[in-house]
Amino acid sequence: MERYSLFGLLKHALHHHEDWPRAWRDAEPRSSYDVVIVGGGGHGLATAYYLAKVHGISDVAVVEKGWLGGGNTGRNTTIVRSNYLRDEAAWLYDFALELWPDLSRELNFNVMFSPRGVLNLGHTLQEMRDIERRVNANRLNGIDGEVLSPAELEARVPLLNCSASARYPVLGASWQPRGGVARHDAVAWGYARAADALGVDLIQQTPVTGIRVEDGRVAGVETDRGLIAARKVACVVAGHSGVLAAMAGLRLPIESRPLQALVSEPLKPCLDTVVMSNAVHCYISQADKGDLVIGAGADGYTGYGQRGSFHIIEHSLAAVCELFPAFSRVRMNRQWGGIVDICPDACPIIGKTPVGGLYFNCGWGTGGFKSTPGSGYVFADTIAHDRPHPLAAPFALSRFERGALIDEHGAAGVAH
Amino acid sequence: MLLLQCPHCLEARSEEEFDYAGEAHIQRPATDVSDAEWADYLYFRSNPQGRHCEMWVHTAGCRRYFNVVRDTVSYDVLAVYPIGERERESLVGKPPP
Repeated sequence: MERYSLFGLLKHALHHHEDWPRAWRDAEPRSSYDVVIVGGGGHGLATAYYLAKVHGISDVAVVEKGWLGGGNTGRNTTIVRSNYLRDEAAWLYDFALELWPDLSRELNFNVMFSPRGVLNLGHTLQEMRDIERRVNANRLNGIDGEVLSPAELEARVPLLNCSASARYPVLGASWQPRGGVARHDAVAWGYARAADALGVDLIQQTPVTGIRVEDGRVAGVETDRGLIAARKVACVVAGHSGVLAAMAGLRLPIESRPLQALVSEPLKPCLDTVVMSNAVHCYISQADKGDLVIGAGADGYTGYGQRGSFHIIEHSLAAVCELFPAFSRVRMNRQWGGIVDICPDACPIIGKTPVGGLYFNCGWGTGGFKSTPGSGYVFADTIAHDRPHPLAAPFALSRFERGALIDEHGAAGVAH
Repeated sequence: MLLLQCPHCLEARSEEEFDYAGEAHIQRPATDVSDAEWADYLYFRSNPQGRHCEMWVHTAGCRRYFNVVRDTVSYDVLAVYPIGERERESLVGKPPP
């Protein structure tokens, strides 16, 4: 792997930047691997990277049906935060957040992490009480957080309509300064390039059509390019987890739904933080190249159509116009829908399954991007040692049998 | 945007009038089942990529529940039928036309 540096940039400038090497190999699948990871999104690629980097397991293939980072990794609003209410969730998401600031250097790839802070607005008295409770819970867990008054909000976000005459007046907000945004594609590419350099095979355009199970143990995955044998198989396929689980004869407590987002035409810099609102339902930030990135809600029903219902974005854009009257004339450029895997408690499932050697990392629902580094790290550790990482243990599939749900629906600004 | 015909109101209306109420035909097990079976009843769903039996409620209309067979990929509504009927379930196993 050629290291990216200022010197390299100058060197390639001499050749008009026409001789940059490929960032990763286009690997032909071998007949067997130690570990096969199904799903080449951010979480899958991060898992492969940490398996090779931390645990020295580089006999790994990442099998992806489309292209790397082409699913929800490339279809999200890139928000990074850790202000979750429940202890287990707070610890996991904050572990991930701690990995973000150093990620660009670690991967030698600029993931453009920008800790510009995240605001969660409150519009009712009850919501403000919930926000105060959550911020207090966060601080007890060592997570930064503050409750801001409308006056403080107005000073921080001048375009936000904080007037008392708004249809749903803003009564305050929680503020997590360490939160922010990152470039989603770069995260996938950075992990892919770093994993490839450590010997991981990245196999694209190869759908997995079956999971081979022999005597209660996983034996490999069937693909349209033949059987790939593996001692361990790890599935990280977000919305399609249920489909993959069915291949191994398993059921999951998941419903898949489209979640929509959209971006506007580029504007001059006008919003330097992330604003989220559960009550009126929208979240918005401005990308470095100027477009407003707007998150809408998930559809109300199960679906695998990667589009989403129109009335959902209509609702979110109405909320944006209400919160930011100045944006009412902004035109939208693109809209997309990604299939998210939503658990009954809005928390992920990480760990072992009843099938030996088969692991699942799914159920991140509407908020998986922020935890990409942490998810990959704890999942790699779980696979390498065949036991849950301490941070992942509460997120085992068995929590549904034990009734030990980690209820984050509505508790952490998860509004969907 | 779905267009659903409530079997009680007998008129095709936009999905905004309705609320999804989860997978249909889930039977509550006896109370002496194992924790695994109880968890399966409470939380585990078939979540298929294809035909799915589900319940909807006509929230902004008659407020009654009914069943729908819908394709979760094409979003085609294949059947709408009252709660209590089960014969349309056979549509789920059939290949698409």
